[in-house]
Parts: sequence; C-alpha cells; structure tokens
Amino acid sequence: MADLTPVEGIKAASRGLRGTIAESLGDAYTGSLRDDDQQLLRLHGSYQQDDRDVREERRQQKLEPLWRYMVRVRLPGGVATPAQWLALDDIAREKANGTLRLTTRQTFQFHGITKAGLKPSMQAMSAALMDTIATCGDVNRNVMASSNPIESAVHAEVAEWSRRLSEHLLPKTRAYYEIWLNGEKLEGSPEQEPVYGKTFLPRKFKAAIALPPSNDVDIYTQDLGFIAIEQDGRLVGFNLSVGGGLGTTHGDATTHPRLANVVGFLPPEKLLDVAEAVVTTQRDYGDRTNRKHARLKYTIEDRGLEWFVGEVEKRAGIQFESAREFTFETHGDVFGWRQALDGTWHRTLRIPAGRIGDTEGRPWLSGMRAIATVHTGDFRCTANQNVTIARVQAADKASIEALIRHYHLDAAEGSYIARHTLACVSMPTCPLGMAEAERYLPTLTVNFERLLAENGLDGEPLGLRITGCPNGCARPYVAEIGLVGKALGRYNLHLGGNGVGSRLNVLYRENIDETTIHSVISGLFAAWASERTPAERFGDFLWRTQRLPG
Amino acid sequence: MSSPVRLPVELLRVRELETLLSDLDADALRWVSGFVAGLSAERSRQAGSGVASAAPVAPPAGTDRIAVLYASQTGNSRRIAEKLGHALTAAGLNAAVMAAGDYALKQLADEKFLCVVASTHGDGEPPDDARALLDALSGRRAPKLGQLGYVVLGLGDSSYPKFCETGRVFDRRLEELGARRLLERLDCDVDFESKAHAWIQQSVEALVGASGATAVSRSAPVIAGQAAEAVAFVATRDAPLEVEVAVNQRITASASEKDVRHVELLVPEGRFPYQAGDALGVWLDNPADLIEATLVATGLDGAETVNVDGVNRSLRDWLTRHREITRVARALIERLAALSGDDGLAALLKPDASAHLRAQFNVWQVPDLLRRYSVQWTGERLVRALHPLSPRLYSIASAPEEVGDEIHLTVAVVDDVHDGLRHLGAVSSQMQAFEPGARFLAFVESNTRFRLPADPSNDVIMIGPGTGVAPFRGFLQSRSASGAAGRNWLFFGGRHLDSDFLYQTEWLSALKKHALTHLDVAFSRDTAEKVYVQHRLRERGAQIYQWLEAGAHVYVCGDAERMAPDVHAALLDIVATEGGRSPQDAEAYIASLASQRRYLRDVY
Repeated sequence: MADLTPVEGIKAASRGLRGTIAESLGDAYTGSLRDDDQQLLRLHGSYQQDDRDVREERRQQKLEPLWRYMVRVRLPGGVATPAQWLALDDIAREKANGTLRLTTRQTFQFHGITKAGLKPSMQAMSAALMDTIATCGDVNRNVMASSNPIESAVHAEVAEWSRRLSEHLLPKTRAYYEIWLNGEKLEGSPEQEPVYGKTFLPRKFKAAIALPPSNDVDIYTQDLGFIAIEQDGRLVGFNLSVGGGLGTTHGDATTHPRLANVVGFLPPEKLLDVAEAVVTTQRDYGDRTNRKHARLKYTIEDRGLEWFVGEVEKRAGIQFESAREFTFETHGDVFGWRQALDGTWHRTLRIPAGRIGDTEGRPWLSGMRAIATVHTGDFRCTANQNVTIARVQAADKASIEALIRHYHLDAAEGSYIARHTLACVSMPTCPLGMAEAERYLPTLTVNFERLLAENGLDGEPLGLRITGCPNGCARPYVAEIGLVGKALGRYNLHLGGNGVGSRLNVLYRENIDETTIHSVISGLFAAWASERTPAERFGDFLWRTQRLPG
Repeated sequence: MSSPVRLPVELLRVRELETLLSDLDADALRWVSGFVAGLSAERSRQAGSGVASAAPVAPPAGTDRIAVLYASQTGNSRRIAEKLGHALTAAGLNAAVMAAGDYALKQLADEKFLCVVASTHGDGEPPDDARALLDALSGRRAPKLGQLGYVVLGLGDSSYPKFCETGRVFDRRLEELGARRLLERLDCDVDFESKAHAWIQQSVEALVGASGATAVSRSAPVIAGQAAEAVAFVATRDAPLEVEVAVNQRITASASEKDVRHVELLVPEGRFPYQAGDALGVWLDNPADLIEATLVATGLDGAETVNVDGVNRSLRDWLTRHREITRVARALIERLAALSGDDGLAALLKPDASAHLRAQFNVWQVPDLLRRYSVQWTGERLVRALHPLSPRLYSIASAPEEVGDEIHLTVAVVDDVHDGLRHLGAVSSQMQAFEPGARFLAFVESNTRFRLPADPSNDVIMIGPGTGVAPFRGFLQSRSASGAAGRNWLFFGGRHLDSDFLYQTEWLSALKKHALTHLDVAFSRDTAEKVYVQHRLRERGAQIYQWLEAGAHVYVCGDAERMAPDVHAALLDIVATEGGRSPQDAEAYIASLASQRRYLRDVY
C-alpha cells in the first residue's frame, strides 16, 4: 500500500481546517502563509499566488515573491443580488487589483488581495451574505446550475436545488467563522464532518445541474451532474451523471480527461441523498496516495461503473430508473435581450475571459456598478465567463440598455469567436500556468477571425478554448479547438469537440508555437471550407473526414 | 660580511624605488607613503604576534562528504536524490541530500563530491531552487573546481526543444570549472523511473571508486606554511586599495521610492581584514555634473592652478578629489554671508537657527548655494571655503567567515529633489551605476565599539531599520559561521513590506533554519497608523526584558536623529514597566548595559 499524500496528513491534523492559519496571518515579516496553512486555505476559498511577472526580478532583489491571494466566492448557480454586486465591487477596488473576474464555475474571484486584506474582504462578503467556503481545495466546489432562464419554467426550481446542494455538501467546521469573522474560538475537539470526515475528499470535486436544451454547465465534465428532466412545465426529476473530469498532467499517460456517464433517473426529493452517496463513496474509495489519480473519474475506472452505481444506490437507498430522454443544443451562451416566459427581460453581456475592470474604452467595472445601483432584478454569472442582467422589468429595459451603451458593455459582442471563446487566467497570477491564456485571448481572437476570413468562413460557429496548463479550467478538452499550454508561446493543439460539450477532442499536435498553430489550422480550415456538408461544424467535419487519430 | 651599521634597505633597492616613483605626482607619492606605512605596521604586527599557519587536520580517509543536490519543480528530482542518498549511505559513504536552494554556495570550492539531480521545466527553464547555484557556477566569481568529482542527472520532457537543459548546463559548467565527471550525464524523459534507478547504481559504484582514490591522495602530508609567503599589508584611509565590483543589485522593489543597492566587492586577499560591524571607507571622485555646475556658477576656469597651503593643483583637480561639493559646510555659508552681505544667510548662522541650518544642509549642495548667492570668487577663495573631501563610510553587510575575500555593502542611493533642487550623494549616486568590474579605492574603517559579544552564548537583539540593518547581516553571518549558541533577534523597519524589506529572503531563510530566533518588523506605510521599530519593541517588551535579564546584548544601527532616541525611550519604558523600576532606576539599568558594552549603537 502506497503512502498517503502529504496533503492528507495536513488535512487530518488541521483540527477542522484551522491549522495555524490565524498564526500565519500574524507573521508580519511575510506576505505568505506557513506551508501547511497554504493547503488548508484552499478549503476556505483562497489560493496563495504570486505575481509571476516579477518573480525572477524579486528573487534577485532578495525579496520574497509578491505574495497575493486569489479569493473565490461561493455563489450556487451563479446568482447575485445588486447589493451583493456592489459589495463585491467595493472589495475589487479597495482590496484586490481593481477587477472582478467571472469564472467558468459561475462565480466571482478576486486577484491581488494581500494577506492583510484577506480578513476584511471575507468580512465585507459576509456583510453582504456571501462566503467563500469550500470554493477551492479537496471538497465539493461552487455548485453550478444552468443560468439560462429563458426557455424553461423550472429554472428557478433548478437554481434553488443548486443552492440546497451547495449547503448540504458544505463542511460543518466553524473554522471559517472563527478565523475570518471573529467567531468564537473552538474549545475541545473539532466539529464532526458527517459527509466528509476528517480528511475531506481525496481531490477537488465538482457538481452541476444542467437544464436541457442548454448544456452551458458542461455537465459531462463534472464529477457529479444532475440533468433536469421537465415534463409539461414541471420538474419531474433528474438524470444522474458521474465521473466527468478534465485535469491531466503533461507527460503522464495515466491521466486523461473523461466525460461523465449518465447512469439513471431519480425523483427530485432524492437529489441530496444521491449527491451525498456519490460524495461519500468517493471519500471512502478515492485514491489518497496519488493526487494525479484521485478524482472520481479514476475511482470509477479502477472499480467499474457498475460497482460504483451499486454502491451509490445502496448508500442512497434508491434504485435508479433508466435515464430519461433529453437533448442538448449548445453549451454556449446566448447574448442580447431576451424575454422569459414570465415576461421579464434578460440581457447577457459578453465579458472576454470574464475580466471586469476599468480599461481604456471598456469602463466595465464602473458600468456594472452603475447598473447594480439601479437594477431591481438580479445577476447571473454564466458558466462561460459572462454575466446576465436578469429579471429586468419591461419598464426598466431602456434605462439599463442606455447604461450598457454608455459604458460600452457591448463592446465585445463581435464575431462568433469573440463572443464564445473561453480562456483561463494563467499568467501572471496562476501558479500552474505554463503559457499565456487570458492575456493572449485578444490576439488569439483576432488571429482566428483572420484565419476564418481567409478561408471564406467568417462568422461560422466555432468553439475555441485556451488554457495555460493541462488542468482544464476553461474546459478545453470538450471544445472544437482546444489549446493547452505547455511553455511560454507553446501549446498542445486538441481538435474535434462538438458544439454541445458531449464529445472529447483529441490531441492533434503537441507543443507547437503560434506560427505552427496557424499553418495547421489554416490548412484544416481550407479543407473544411471546400469539403464540408451544409452547416457542418468544424469538429464534426474533422471526424467525418477521418482527419483525427483514433 | 655585514658591516656593523647599515642602511635598512640596500642602496640598489633605493635606486629601484626612485626609478619606480620618479613620474609620480605629489598625490601619488602621498598615497605611496601611506601604503608603505600600512605595510610596515602589518609586518610588525605579524612579527609580534607569532602566528604560525597550521595545516588543517584532515578528516579520516574516505569520509569526505558527498553533496547530493536536487533542483525540483514537481518533486521527482527530490525523490531521485533521496534514493541516491540512501544508496550512498548504504554503501558506507557520507551523503548529504539537500535542495540546491539550501546549499551553502561558499562550500563549493572545498566540496569533493557533488551529485546534481535537476529538472527542466517549460522551455529550458531551471527550477527556482537551482538558480542561485547556477548563478554561482556561471558568474565571474565561479570557483575553480579541480578538487571536485561529480555526477549529473537531468529530468525533462523530450517534447520540448531544450530537453533537460538544466542538467546539461550543470554538466557543462562543472566540467568547464575543472571538475571531473565521474559518470556520463543521464538525461531522463517523463518515464524516468527505471533509467534513474540504473543510474543510481552506477553513481554509487563511481563514487565508491572515486572516494577510495581520494583517500589515498589525502594521506600525503600537507606541507605547513606554504601559504604564508604572501606579503601582507592592509588598505588604509591614506593608502586605500582598489576593490572590484562583483555584484550591484537593487534590493528594493521597482515600485519602491527608495533605491537601495546590495553591492558585493572583491577585495585583494588579506588587504582588507575586517570583522562584522566594521565599515568600509570609499573614495570616489565627486560627480562630474556637480564639478561642472560649481565651475559654471563661479565663472572660474577649471584649468587655473590654485595654490593652497603650498600644494599646487588645477581647480578642477581640487574640486574633483580634494574638496567636498556635495555637502555644504558652515565655512562656506560664513564666507558667502560675508561676501554677499545677505541677511538671510547671516541669520542662518546664529546659534538659535542651527536646526534650520542643519535642515538646509539636506537641501543645498555647493553649486546650489553658489548659484543662489552670486559673489566674486577666486579659485583660492573657493578652495579655502570648502571642506576637504572625506571618504564615505558604509557599514559592512557581510562577515569574512562567510564571504571570504569579499565585502558586501548596503547602499541607499541619494539622488532626490528637495525644494526643486536635485541632491546627489557623492558616492551613492555613482555607485548606483557601477557595473560588475568597476573599480574604486577603499579601506576598512574598523569599528571596535560595535562588536558581537565575546561570549558566543550571549543573546543579541539587533535593531536596524532601513540600511541600518546592514551590519546585522554581517553579525548573523558571523554567528552562523561560528555556530554561536546565543539567540538572535532582529527588528527591522521600512515603508512597505512588499518593496522595502532589505534582504527579506535571507532573513526568512535564517528564521526557517533557526539561525534567527525572532524577526519583528514594522512597515510604516502599510497601515493607517504609522508603526516603527520602537512600537514593535514595546509590543514585545516582556520578552525583551527577559532577554536583557538573561544577558542579551542590544545593538542599534541607523538614523541618529529620530530612530535612535525613540528606540532608547522604548527600552527605558520596557525596563521600567517590566522590571518595576522608577524612571531613574531604568536610566541606571540602561547606563549599566552601556558600560558593560551590552548596549551598542552605530547611528548616524
């Protein structure tokens, strides 16, 4: 039996995730936390990072790395009120780097918070009824839910289930309140964790609820998924999906992305029981000796899907019915004003890479603040790094639209690629980044628009996603074209996803630079343009014409 | 046959000296006279001290340490290094496994066996841990490694163009520096396990063989005294010697308002004897801009010969290396007041205006005043109104036990603007631009009043905000090198944690290794309320008092005007509060510390 990973020891010894975080915060001579506390901090919703642009310069200056903290909000289903938006905006301006970032898990994160700024930021969020518990680390992360409220009357119900699921899978420890919100200090032994136990999960765990026909949450990439089944305008239950996950490691052939299996149908009232059964099965059987082999997808592969489903049924006291029919039509967002069945209006704004700041020609942070000041509905963070101004009354539509125009919030609503391409953060804040992603997105967009135009393909739907490392935050492995960073200026080129996120792409070329990417893609675009069937998408074309390996 | 009375130097040698010195000017001759005086003093000292150079005692044959260094990004290198370490130990060898970043670079020159396991990431990038060692092997001061035998294993990913680059660089540099490759380098791809395993076996065999060979050669007797032949004389204020800049590194962040430099100087062996706590005197010509400005402001010709006290020099020469023009002296203001009849200047000279006058000294430099008060100057008048140039003294920031023939300085660059006037430090403003290889004259200014406790088991409390921290870097180096048992506590202060924490990574590393017991810092501009070192002292009052009672020595270095009195007041309060003493008794307590030389200050 191999040894447990060091992180397991840290979690076990942490007294309910307390560790010595409080003492670390008091170490005035460093912007860092003590080593073990850096691990524990994740389960409180924050990662210690540094500004990699100045890392080498500071090493020479005999200064420690410029330690800063990424802080991620827990926002089930991505729903925030205008008052919450204003609180988040204040934190972005006063404590972080002046930007709010919308993530691919429907929430906000801050970058550039100092160690001294952590507590005030958590307290400001708490005052606006938000927290950051369990948004990072080996635990169930922010729960996603389809953000598209247009087509279905059951959307509100689905959003509510995401909130209940999030609450149900929250750690029970009071450490968060104690450390960040000046709650009472623990005396005696730490709280019991009935779902997680002392060492929580072997690895991160992601859960989402999809509402067909939209697969905006990319349900097949989630460890745990519920696909809402609607009948005559009523929510009758969910199909369960398990074992999706994208993270891989370059050069380690035992790691790979995996799509989830849809294993059966359950009535709504069994959702929490089933979710808990999936989590506890992974808790008990997940691999805690190798973090690269610790996600649920490997547990299922190692022990078999049938065994896994049986174990979940036993623990949840259920026998799944066979999965119900459903159809996904897209995993992208729909922009512009749209009216929902209840008569209210929704306006999804395109935010490239999810970054909301105030820059030349794009005073978006100020613009969203202005909207939050007058808006009476709410905001929805989408799974594609965009934001929906939701539930606008017909009477307010014109004034909201005027603000959108005044602050150029529609400036990014250009070509299909400009509206739909996803990019993770990567440089300079993400410690895992190997190549640029978000900072390269504007160039990437222009380049691919040009490549399409040169082949007479302007405006064709094309799913493009880029990440700075193989961990998959922008879900590149289900895109038609996925670029996965290997080194500065070099990427692995993956091809062959479809437009709804239900097919993995495959590695097509490894470790190539921009020029090579362009020449390879240009050749394939030329073939696509001349040989495609009517309206055939790029990913489908590549498979049909057998241009992809496997 | 020797005559009963004779010249101390043979006539022929005197003639040779005359020839050597014939084309030197008066200044050069003065330098030589100082040089010779220093030489003489050092010879007498050596003759008197009777120090014999003893051969070091060689450790028993075959126990030479094998340093196994890993530079790891993901931990694979570390694991391989640890396996190698175990295998070596199992073979009866003395292996020490450590991260390359933790390796004491100064040991390199003495190391006999080195094993390097280094990964490469990205496009040929070394792991952060490897950078310092790579710098040390690549720099101009890279030691000769003829004594060293080594093996290298590189880890990488062959899909990158610069596959295993870090391992290659290590291998190449070690070879170039004269080290012997004991085994061909192995480059491992992502599937490294089995190859690495075989390499470990081969390495153990190679090292067993090589260390046996060394054991034989080490049995040869070391001849004593060979190294004692070199002539030893020391640089002095009057006969300074050249030092060479090896490193000139800004150590405040780019965002900082302050430019503070870490300067490493190569000094000629044996000519700059110093101890931690000493200062280095630096002689540099005045900044050229200021010389020009002085000539322009006075309308004088730099080529004019000026005779003062029997010495003839061109005016430019006087201004370049014989008179102060960055610092304004009272004499100049007196002269200007007399010549100009300006009431404002006269008022500045009154006793009750002295604080104001001192403040003005931080604003004005000589050309500023000369421009402002236009009077009729002659070259002689000007030279007589200016103070002789003094060397600039910098607390040495190193200890010879750690750095050998190097001296490190911490230099705050003075180049700022007050009242619209640019104010340049005579030395620091030029030091800022020194490239490695630049040379200048310097000497050690001994500071016997600022010494570590004679008893290494005594604790020390070091209070040094800003560049006042410089000598404490030397103190800690010295204490670590000698394995002093006493505890070390440092108080540092600056404006911002992010940008102004001088030598931060070194202090953090010392703290981690417990070379530093406590580290307390005050960053005045990071919080709404300004905090300084004296506030931190008061916060830690109870523990400070315990240390004092246990015999700790207290050192203060830095600003004399505000910091030192504030720290002094804080110490008095601590002794009064924690020791339950009256203010008078507290005064007496601190005074007694000072008289026992346990409260030492180097403030300016």
